[in-house]
Amino acid sequence: MVPHILWTDVLIYLLLAVIAGFAVYASRHEHLRTPWRQVTRRPMAMGALVVLLAFVAVGLLDSVHYRPRLPGSATQTSSEVRSALDALLSPLRRRTEKTYSAPFATHAHGRETVLRPDGALARAYPRLLHGGAHLTDGESRLADILVKVATATGTVLLLWLPLAAWVAWRQRSPGDGWAGGWQRLWRGESELPWRTLLLTLVVLLAAIANLAWLSAYYHVLGTDQVGQDVLLKSLKSVRTGLVIGTLTTLVMLPFALFFGILAGYARGLIDDVIQYVYTTLSSIPDVLLIAAGVLSLQVYMAHHPETFDNVTTRADWRLLFLCLILGLTSWTGLCRLLRGEVLKLREADYVLAARSLGASHFAIMARHLLPNVMHIVLIAVVLDFSGLVLAEAVLSYIGVGVDPTMDSWGNMINGARLEMAREPMVWWTLGAAFLFMFTLVLAANLFADAVRDAFDPRLRR
Amino acid sequence: MTTPVDQAILRVRGLRAVFDTPEGVVHAVDGLDLSVAPGMTLALVGESGSGKSVTALSLLRLLPSPAGRLAGGEVQVAGVDLMRLSERQMRTWRGRRMAMIFQEPQSSLNPVMTVGDQLREALAGEDRRLPPAARLRRLVELLNAVGIADPEHRLDEYPHQLSGGMKQRAMIAMALAGRPQVLIADEPTTALDVTIQAQILDLLQRLQRETGLAILLITHDLGVVATIADEVAVMYAGVIVERAPRATFFASPRHPYSRQLFRSLPARGKRGGSLETIPGMVPSLRQTFAGCRFADRCEHVEPRCRQQEPPWLTIAPTGVRCHRANDLPPLTISEPVPAHPTPSADTAPSPLPLLDVSDLHMHFPIRRGVLQRAVGYVRAVDGVSLSIARGRTLALVGESGCGKTTAGKAILQLLRPTRGHVRFDGYDLTALRGESLRLLRQHLPIVFQDPVGSLNPRMPVGEIVGEGLCVAGVPWHERQRRVAELLEQVGLPDEAMRRYPHEFSGGQRQRISIARALATQPRLIVCDEPTSALDVSVQAQILNLLKQLQERQGIAYLFITHNMGVVEYLAHDVAVMYLGRIVEQGRLEEVFAAPRHPYTQALLSAVPVLNGEGPARIILGGDIPSPSRPPSGCHFHPRCPMAGARCRREYPAESRLTATHVVRCHLLGSGTG
Amino acid sequence: MMAYVLRRLLYAIPILIGVNLLTFWLFFFVNSPDDMARMHLGMKRVTPAAIAQWKEARGFDKPLLLNREAAGVEKLTDTIFFRHSLRLFVFDFGRAEDNRDIRREIGERMGPSLAIALPSFLVGLLTYVSFALLLVFFRASYVDVWGVVLCVVLMSISTMFYVIGGQYLIGKLWSLVPISGYGDDGPGAIRFLLLPMAVGIAAAVGLRTRLYRTFFLEEINKDYVRTARAKGLNEWRVLFVHVLRNALIPILTGVVVVIPALFLGSLILESFFGIPGLGSYTIDAIHAQDFFVVRAMVFLGSVLYIVGLILTDISYMLVDPRVRLY
Repeated sequence: MVPHILWTDVLIYLLLAVIAGFAVYASRHEHLRTPWRQVTRRPMAMGALVVLLAFVAVGLLDSVHYRPRLPGSATQTSSEVRSALDALLSPLRRRTEKTYSAPFATHAHGRETVLRPDGALARAYPRLLHGGAHLTDGESRLADILVKVATATGTVLLLWLPLAAWVAWRQRSPGDGWAGGWQRLWRGESELPWRTLLLTLVVLLAAIANLAWLSAYYHVLGTDQVGQDVLLKSLKSVRTGLVIGTLTTLVMLPFALFFGILAGYARGLIDDVIQYVYTTLSSIPDVLLIAAGVLSLQVYMAHHPETFDNVTTRADWRLLFLCLILGLTSWTGLCRLLRGEVLKLREADYVLAARSLGASHFAIMARHLLPNVMHIVLIAVVLDFSGLVLAEAVLSYIGVGVDPTMDSWGNMINGARLEMAREPMVWWTLGAAFLFMFTLVLAANLFADAVRDAFDPRLRR
Repeated sequence: MTTPVDQAILRVRGLRAVFDTPEGVVHAVDGLDLSVAPGMTLALVGESGSGKSVTALSLLRLLPSPAGRLAGGEVQVAGVDLMRLSERQMRTWRGRRMAMIFQEPQSSLNPVMTVGDQLREALAGEDRRLPPAARLRRLVELLNAVGIADPEHRLDEYPHQLSGGMKQRAMIAMALAGRPQVLIADEPTTALDVTIQAQILDLLQRLQRETGLAILLITHDLGVVATIADEVAVMYAGVIVERAPRATFFASPRHPYSRQLFRSLPARGKRGGSLETIPGMVPSLRQTFAGCRFADRCEHVEPRCRQQEPPWLTIAPTGVRCHRANDLPPLTISEPVPAHPTPSADTAPSPLPLLDVSDLHMHFPIRRGVLQRAVGYVRAVDGVSLSIARGRTLALVGESGCGKTTAGKAILQLLRPTRGHVRFDGYDLTALRGESLRLLRQHLPIVFQDPVGSLNPRMPVGEIVGEGLCVAGVPWHERQRRVAELLEQVGLPDEAMRRYPHEFSGGQRQRISIARALATQPRLIVCDEPTSALDVSVQAQILNLLKQLQERQGIAYLFITHNMGVVEYLAHDVAVMYLGRIVEQGRLEEVFAAPRHPYTQALLSAVPVLNGEGPARIILGGDIPSPSRPPSGCHFHPRCPMAGARCRREYPAESRLTATHVVRCHLLGSGTG
Repeated sequence: MMAYVLRRLLYAIPILIGVNLLTFWLFFFVNSPDDMARMHLGMKRVTPAAIAQWKEARGFDKPLLLNREAAGVEKLTDTIFFRHSLRLFVFDFGRAEDNRDIRREIGERMGPSLAIALPSFLVGLLTYVSFALLLVFFRASYVDVWGVVLCVVLMSISTMFYVIGGQYLIGKLWSLVPISGYGDDGPGAIRFLLLPMAVGIAAAVGLRTRLYRTFFLEEINKDYVRTARAKGLNEWRVLFVHVLRNALIPILTGVVVVIPALFLGSLILESFFGIPGLGSYTIDAIHAQDFFVVRAMVFLGSVLYIVGLILTDISYMLVDPRVRLY
């Protein structure tokens, strides 16, 4: 097993470092700490955060890549790149069927010609290789599922109750005991929204436990055309969505910040040039600019196969390039916003006071302007995230999204279009993509709302 | 009480208004009684945070919901209790029986509707049902009544096309449109210049005489109160602490708070010493008070003041809420001393002035057309010359838009002047560029008006104060020590270093600004209206501090202001600006005792005087013209009561009356200078 | 104002040149014409002769930016950039891979695009503003709180699901309107437009309603609204006469700029519902990797965007009397 680091992995680690650095910085600065504390008191936001963290965990697991050694060889490694998530989900990966099967199905979705025991050929729904294979013919599938759900949920509850009790114990006020703590917790009177946190946690854990437990016996979300488990595909898509939502912002942020502040502060010729650049870029409809970029990349890749030696690397490059070009289309908006704000701020009395004390241009931009536009940047980053995740789906449909071999919700939806037209309809791929995407985007939107409310000075009363 | 209760048209009893905030309930108005009779003006006076504006909104039931709500009391207008009306009924009272005008005419008018449309909306009763032609007549009549010239034309204009004074007149016309019996005026002249303020106050008085309107005037300005109030009510921390007829109030204020307000007003008579200040701050209105709300800041406090809420005492004709109202010593305020040069400070200016500004111009081009060529210039500063000697204060006085702030920025090279020279300590600042200018700047700091905007909200106070030191390359440890010293100098604890600006009050922030300016041991500080945003009692503290610094460290000030009281207290020399140029300058005694330019005369007479016995008021008509199209000849001639033919033709040359007193006016002979 | 428009139009020239340079760089520097030829001729059986022929047929055998061999002005004009990219300025888009005239194609497809985009735009705007006003009228009540939550839920759903879901529910399951297709004339054609319109509006309703609501709320706390209330006006009048007109200003910022771009149609809606507009034309071109059509659409999009910017400024002037254009 040899570690293999993809370019997007590097950027993800960099992003983590940036976030960690920012967290340390924020904890030392009152003007950042206060709004964040306000965010932590919003029940919806904290519930959303728990869900987001679960997605992030999946994404991070999927960002630790390695190449397994070839069996029987000490030095040679397979050209296939795997991730920690792949290793974790390898049972799911191995349990492929021949083709479509519905969620929790025990039989295939389509009729096939099978050989009867008596030697006659017949059209029938064959049993699946893995889905519900442990059931004997007469056994009730529903009862089996119910038992498993009950077991999994019960186990989670048993684990969760002590946690909740511990939280309640910590919430009790000096005067009263347990009951008081429970009451405070239940009425949502605690400082942090523990009630929501605990409830979200238990729902989330129960969902995870059930999925884990059931997917060992069934294809919980069915299988696709080549018989691959849809749950696996959905989980593998998480990383793609997160990467597009975050790396795009990461790559565009330095440009937007630097040019936005510079244009607003320097004015004159510098401002004219920067304005020209972003007006030019933003004048091209986003989809077309992305299409133009991706088309060029496709042709380039097709003619330089030596650089992109394996499927994973190629898909990764394409993902990275997509982030870059999405970033190119989206930095202009933030840049314009920052320029406008800096134009106002540069006339603020405190900036004039700093100038009158002889502060250098750089000091004014770094010490006075940058900290005062950070809230705009932060709001833009969190608001952009969900938009970018949604954009991925559209772009993949148009054919200029991520690599067709890469797992992504966009590719799943794109494939599902044809499946919807089948008779009987295959709806679960679409359903699974919808479920995962909606959960992530909704959580992100709820969290972003709270961040915006806390940081936007205009919304503060 | 001069207003018998049964005659009152507006009668308020036990009014309580509260605001729900995350930190708790704020009792902004906590049991307020007042009454106003037709044709009378009651002035409700208080500093910021006293609850006076909330009172105004409460009377019309216009508190911002859902945070603010009325918690009790009754408001009777013509015998009807408004608190019992439904919201629907209440609407028929707003604007009809009781109208209101606000502080900011700029933002109080809808920017995208014409004056006529907004006025038409305010018509009530039969006026609403008039045929179009008659309705138009009524609108014109309204604008005429508030002294807006060319009303037919103005009806089709938008608010931004009117000047500040004109907007406030339009607001008043709107208030009158419903033919109200009660007018609530919330700081109606605070946003206006003194000469415009005089016009508006005059207008309100005239309208009151004509219509018998009852006016509730809400203000923080004792000068305004002295000019038009019949009766005065002083508000402090949500309650009225004193109520008296105007004359009585100004002759013998009873409440310790009122008395201390009077004593903290700056005036020439107090030049010798420092102003009296009120220690502490207005208490938080989140608490419940056991005793007197003023007890913590009162110089006459007794133990019972803290335990027992003082009763309402009537010492005819004054009513006062104070335990000790009867046994306080009579108030002494030093009377204005006759103008005479004080020999100590006012020795002849040293031959080499510290700052010498000559012929300073600041023109902003107006660009138009395809190629954006300059088709004209806003002549914000148009040939200003002045000089300041070490350790002296020059007050640059003028109304808003006269270019005084731009002049200050151009002197500091925050704006590069179009023409002219600024010499500081032998260096010509206008000739310096880049690094050398940057390094010299440390010696020329500025203190701004707005205590909120002048401090970077994202920086701890220590860094803000240390900014200049940081530029000068002072090492960190040394810097910390100096910052602590500076904070002590301006009267702040050194633990303030680690805190952020928003944790401080307005006065404290101005102290921080001053500390920042002091850090590099400057010899000159430009102060741009440093006390205009502050309450009287806080203003006194800042003025004292500035004066003290000058005495100790010999700092010179260029003091930009429109407040004549402050000028009289602090300045040695005065320069009066009008439309980008200085029209009169000289020593304080010369200019203030015997102003020679008609504009200076009008400016000084428009300052409301406390005892009401100032010089006869000269109310200037019209507005300040635009600096992009200054009038021909003497800029002041369209508003000048004494303008002659020559004034329309040519700009007057300097007339030098004494070695220091210079005036630009044709009335002073044909230019002796 | 004419001077202003003229100046802005002049300013558009460098921007369009910039746009052209960008697409030119992407298509001709990142990929050489040889690459393109190989791709379009198929990877396997490509002879140098075939490539040369392909290039010559399209004029790609010339130098990119500077023709050293040519004389005089031709040094600059006898190049691929001049021949292909600058021609776009006179809206001469050349021919597509399938040898059809792109300009004619665009002209034919504008109609169907507009037929769906314009009504969606107008009805949509009306819908979003009314919903936002409704939420603002009931502000700080349960209607508002749950309305906003609903908005967030709606905006968390991908457009793709609105399209697929709408097509399935309304078209397939309930059979109310045709699933896809486009009728040429007559009232019957409206049937084809209803579904894409409804889907297009629904997809943006959450986002827009919430955005406009914040615009209204920002205005409603201003001083002039207090003045209006102090005159005794009722809440509807305050909202419709005073607040609405002021909130229009920020609303216009995002709205007017897209009006010219309505010609370009919607990529997704048109391709899903089989409407022969410019949106589906673009998407087909992308699928076919037709650089010429993509480049033409990029140019057209930029032109329309710039027109949109100018229209936005003019609309400000119409709505806000404080704005003057010089």
